[in-house]
Amino acid sequence: MKDIREDIAWAQINKDVLKSLENPRKLYWVILFIAIAMVGVAVGCEVYQYNVGLGVGNFDNPHVWGLYIATFIFWIGMSHSGTLLSAILHLMHADWRKPIYRFAEAMTTFSLMTAGLFVAVHLGRVWQIYFALPYPNMRQVWPNFQSPLLWDAMAIFTYLSSSILFLYVGMIPDLAICRDNMHPGWRKKLYTAIALGWEGTDRQWRNFRITYLTIACFLIPLAVSVHSIVASDFAMSQQPGWHITSFPPYFVAGALYSGCAAIITLFIILRYVFKFEEYMTMSILKKIVRLTFAISMVWTYLNLVEYATVWYGHDEAAKHLLIQKATGTYAPFWWTMNFCGSVVPFIMFFKRFQTHIPVMFSVSLLLNLGMWLERWMIVSPTFADGYYPWTWDHDQWPSFVQWGIVFGSFGWFTMLFMIFCKIFPSVSMYEVKEMVYHRSQATKKLQATGKLAATGKGAH
Amino acid sequence: MSISTLFENYSEYRHIHPVDDVPHNPYKWAMAIDLDACSGCNACSVACYAENNLPVVGREKFAHGQAMHWMRIERYWDEDGREFPDQGARFLPMMCQQCEAAPCETVCPVGATNHTPDGINSQIYNRCIGSRYCSANCPYKVRYFNWWDYPTTDNVWPAEMNQQLNPDVTVRGKGVMEKCTFCIQRVTVAKNDAKTQGRLVRDGEVQTACQQACPTSAITFGNLVDPNSTVHRKWQAQQVELDKDEQTKDMAEGGSELRGYRIYEQLRPFPSVMYMERVRESAI
Repeated sequence: MKDIREDIAWAQINKDVLKSLENPRKLYWVILFIAIAMVGVAVGCEVYQYNVGLGVGNFDNPHVWGLYIATFIFWIGMSHSGTLLSAILHLMHADWRKPIYRFAEAMTTFSLMTAGLFVAVHLGRVWQIYFALPYPNMRQVWPNFQSPLLWDAMAIFTYLSSSILFLYVGMIPDLAICRDNMHPGWRKKLYTAIALGWEGTDRQWRNFRITYLTIACFLIPLAVSVHSIVASDFAMSQQPGWHITSFPPYFVAGALYSGCAAIITLFIILRYVFKFEEYMTMSILKKIVRLTFAISMVWTYLNLVEYATVWYGHDEAAKHLLIQKATGTYAPFWWTMNFCGSVVPFIMFFKRFQTHIPVMFSVSLLLNLGMWLERWMIVSPTFADGYYPWTWDHDQWPSFVQWGIVFGSFGWFTMLFMIFCKIFPSVSMYEVKEMVYHRSQATKKLQATGKLAATGKGAH
Repeated sequence: MSISTLFENYSEYRHIHPVDDVPHNPYKWAMAIDLDACSGCNACSVACYAENNLPVVGREKFAHGQAMHWMRIERYWDEDGREFPDQGARFLPMMCQQCEAAPCETVCPVGATNHTPDGINSQIYNRCIGSRYCSANCPYKVRYFNWWDYPTTDNVWPAEMNQQLNPDVTVRGKGVMEKCTFCIQRVTVAKNDAKTQGRLVRDGEVQTACQQACPTSAITFGNLVDPNSTVHRKWQAQQVELDKDEQTKDMAEGGSELRGYRIYEQLRPFPSVMYMERVRESAI
């Protein structure tokens, strides 16, 4: 099984990808419509909450944080695998990433935008959100640099702006192709403007490579730091269940995990909707599935490490909380999370399921369900069974407003993502060409030396 | 903190010990609460509602856990199988412990909660953006969030009742965090008076609302720096020291006979409220 056919003509690649900008399958419009409807639900809930107060979300003392923070972490986590695919695998010369990294990178950007919304939705006084920024002001009042939430805000803004830049820079040669091939209209004008006069000269390519590599190197530490800092929100606090040293790597592993699962989901959807069967091949799917499986095991390990340190650490409050997670109000969710996160991935272990699209689609959704539950199980049980006994006998269930906004955030992400894929090439044309070229060269070389065995292995 | 601090020697802002490094002078407000005297009558809580303009949220929101009682009486029921009213409860008046190394202060992204030179953990309502991180990190869960816009909610202060609102205290709108302030408005008045007269605040000159309302005088409030204040003498008598995360008397073999203790001392928040254990045996 080959990652990609080696005899695809370059003009054919252009044609196929540009077609995705014009006539996707009908399902595209269905998905977009549903996504917009979901956003509508969230907007309704948020308007209600904004006007009436956060009480409509069923918050109380001690349950001051809820689904918003959990879903915020979820979306931040989702953003990581875009960077993994586009930057880390780029540096590692894994060329199978080439047909799929563009949409993964877009996923990074849009999930960060979704996460950013949750910061605003969560705040009691969102109209004062700029207080958290170090802007110059007459009274010289600054935000509190000791607060992990402030580090969060900074890390996310940095990561978001860098990943937008990365996405854009990597797209310039493709935008030029769009510019040269599209019919006159607003799109052609748009591509002309943002292709920055790309002509594909030798000098441009050299500068482009250096820029791309530089941003890739810059982005990797950012990706690691962002989720470590989100983990610090919890690890730096004093609460049982949060005050755990292993949280930063645990969060990063969880982030890569849920991101990879989301890549599988979107891979399957895009492949069908935009008819990318030639480019998003089964062989590539198999590779992401294997990668996801490996990461799922890392996550499982770190998860067990966390349980073990709490259990053997004999910190009474933390241990009490762990027992409550497994037996108390949140037990069904906690067990589902462990099942989805650590048991379900074993389906990916079997070769015949690795390329089985319906199975992989459901598995990837289940994995993300597990990962979302994981975030919820980090945030909420600590409030239900924290240090203070007076708060123990009080259960809280998020109201429809919280659920509605969480639900709508998935629509928001899908909407942005789908619009992006319709306006910008979601498969990197120039890199697929490179890939095809390199692989055909390698095949030729092998043929010339008479060593060709039909292994289907690529150049790298 | 301004931008110039970035270019100065930063280490002068670094603390080795959260309490010892910056000694309070001339005031450190603190409390002592005698649980043996507490009868759980809730007068302190009511007084606090009146003094600090706390919204009366109503039965439904109270049951939901959205009550705004800065001062609350916690009941811990005897587990002897009996039913109320035969079953007894132990009472714990709980309010902000005004920690010296407060977990809430460091985590606020905008610095809305700060330490005053008097050792009170202050809350700046205007600065608060409502991230609720302070409450999440509070070990005592004594911070209360305005989930609703109480000033515009019906029956919080029904007509005429709004006439009794304390003019010295703001009425908080939705989306900000609030909590016990040790009746800082009274403290400020007393301090201003003392300043005009060129002296320090005398012991007993400031009473918190809860202290004033307590029929059994279970609550003592005062200046811990003043060696002659009642609160200082009580802390001293119980051998409880503000800057310790474990008291010397408790480290002694066999523990101590003294009743004074502070809640969650081992978490090192250095709370400013000392409780004295209940000794009476009767359940009710």
